[in-house]
Amino acid sequence: MKTKIFQNEGFTSFLSSLAAIVAGLLVGLIILFVSNSKDAIPAFVMILKGGFEDGSRGLAQVIYFAIPIIMTGLSVGFAFKTGLFNIGASGQFKMGAFVAIYIGVKWSSVPAEIHWLVALLGAMVAGAVWGSGPGILKAFFNVNEVITSIMMNYIGMYLVNMSIVKTIYDSLKNQTKPVLKSAVLPKAGMDKLFNTSNISIGIFIVILAVIVIYIILQKTTFGYELKACGSNREASRYAGINEKRSIILSMLIAGALSGLGGGLLYLSGSGKYIHVLDELAPEGFSGISVALLGMSHPIGIFLSGLFIAHLEVGGFNIQLYNYVPEIIDMIISVIIYCGAFALLFKQIIKKLITKPVIDTDNKDNVEPVPLLISGADKVSVHDEANDVTRQEEDEK
Amino acid sequence: MSTVYFIAQQTMYFAIPLLIVALAGMFSERSGIVNIALEGIMIVGAFFGIGFINIYQKTMSGQTLLILAVLIAGLSGALFSLFHAFASINLKADQTISGTALNMFAPAFAIYTARMIQGVQQIQFIDTFYIRSVPILGDIPVLGPILFKNAYITTYIGLIIGLISWFVINHTRFGLRLRACGEHPQAADSVGINVYRIRYAGVIISGVLAGIGGLAFVVPTSTNFNATVAGYGFLALAVLIFGQWRTNKIFAAAFFFGVMKTFASAYSGIPFLKGLPISNEVYKMIPYIATLIVLTFSSKNSQAPRAEGIPYDKGSR
Repeated sequence: MKTKIFQNEGFTSFLSSLAAIVAGLLVGLIILFVSNSKDAIPAFVMILKGGFEDGSRGLAQVIYFAIPIIMTGLSVGFAFKTGLFNIGASGQFKMGAFVAIYIGVKWSSVPAEIHWLVALLGAMVAGAVWGSGPGILKAFFNVNEVITSIMMNYIGMYLVNMSIVKTIYDSLKNQTKPVLKSAVLPKAGMDKLFNTSNISIGIFIVILAVIVIYIILQKTTFGYELKACGSNREASRYAGINEKRSIILSMLIAGALSGLGGGLLYLSGSGKYIHVLDELAPEGFSGISVALLGMSHPIGIFLSGLFIAHLEVGGFNIQLYNYVPEIIDMIISVIIYCGAFALLFKQIIKKLITKPVIDTDNKDNVEPVPLLISGADKVSVHDEANDVTRQEEDEK
Repeated sequence: MSTVYFIAQQTMYFAIPLLIVALAGMFSERSGIVNIALEGIMIVGAFFGIGFINIYQKTMSGQTLLILAVLIAGLSGALFSLFHAFASINLKADQTISGTALNMFAPAFAIYTARMIQGVQQIQFIDTFYIRSVPILGDIPVLGPILFKNAYITTYIGLIIGLISWFVINHTRFGLRLRACGEHPQAADSVGINVYRIRYAGVIISGVLAGIGGLAFVVPTSTNFNATVAGYGFLALAVLIFGQWRTNKIFAAAFFFGVMKTFASAYSGIPFLKGLPISNEVYKMIPYIATLIVLTFSSKNSQAPRAEGIPYDKGSR
């Protein structure tokens, strides 16, 4: 019985995501038509083609765009699973990027073979530190993590700017100095395969991160505890789960993922530097859309990151027809918004297929846990968490 | 003394938009709808407000133009916020999701439209709204220089909005109903209050105020609109939580943040701060660090509306 529901769940969520994507693209088409009807169709085709426009170089460009936003998407999605909204991926990303560049520029005494690895580890640690801040404040002082993460974004941005100027500043270009060759991620022949220098082994590290997060969430007790905490904090506390520890670790890991994303982007050897500007890293906010579109599932996030990057490349290309690339952000936001409609759609289908599930009265005291975000496995966790409490009550 | 006046006048530029937008958030959240879309609504309000000024500044100028722009900003904010209301009230969607979508849509829309129409994304405007000194009132000792010199009319609009909000939320029937819907919608429904309608009202008021707040942020601090309000919508959320969802505390929080922000941006104009060997960035960090510290000690007893973020379902128990 259960497997049957799961099959339906997967199928309906796929259908509803598809509907949302179609709606978003339609809105995009309308906007193209309204702003310039003559070139609307070829431009729309170009958006759809996205990364497939320019052969292997286009694909490499998609991967290059996708790497940081998949990482921040994983970060946001992972925190969502524990019922936390990590809007601070931006600050964690920037801290990671800075530490990676710092190690890449300054630590020339590290053996050349592992220099990039050390820099990436440094980025993870920096992100983890930055992410754990809001986690600790949430766990021990009940401070709303959304606000603390926003504050940490700004503090991180100014701290990074200050540290760049003091340590690794290229004052002529108002940016960071280039990293040493040994700190650039190895290409491992990828550059020849794709015929461009933008690509490196970074994508494999991302895939590794996706797998690790998948295993943590789906196959370990720790991951189960995190999800239980996200579904029903009270119930998980009754079940003997240390919720404070779960909150802090969840934010810490989320931060490490964002930090790693920063490291991967700025060590990719594509000539990208941190500019000293009062500007939050946009990758952190893209991560929120990636996580929402991917329904917080690691594999979903991987695919949605690639999809959004694919559209971004298309958006870059339509400048040929004098369109503005921001149309992509509008399309993506409509897709996310229609995710709300899709949820309704999904519930209707679910109601038609399964018997109405008896909803326990926890609706009143549960914190606003993202509904759509937690995706397919949410229902099962919910039930199990309740079962645990019931068992406890039975024992009493 | 002139330093004190300078700080006070500067503080207004930062504190007033924060106050307006935090109150915007309050109306929405106390009706039970989390409004993370404040940033996006601010951008939409500022975009249409500044766009209006840009188009009509050849034929109009001064306070008339600004007041009309304020109305346009409020109206556009209200219309934009309807999307959030529809998703979170009718469709019972997760309120963070639709808020995030709105936040993403707004700057992209502003940049896209501006660039498609005029080629560049900055919308220029001529500042004919600056008030050097309000007649008569500006000559009052102490209070005159603090409130009525080097000001914009948005300052007074903001203060009036503050007063009205306080009155509406605490002393009117509508305010009581709004609060009831945010605390216990089932109970409110049982005594015949239309929860959906009240929540719509909360979100729309929130949209009007956030739209006005966007314009109130751009006009005093810049001469063009660059599709951003510098994260003020998020800061206003912080002010809202910092102010514990209560008007008077929000007022205090907005001014606390405004003063901190003033030290950060205008410290070089303040003699005793200028001499200190502290980096520019440290001053910029101070408002955020201060907020973190204050929140740490004040969040134990959060007074958030109890039904906040939970879609109201008539059928649920």
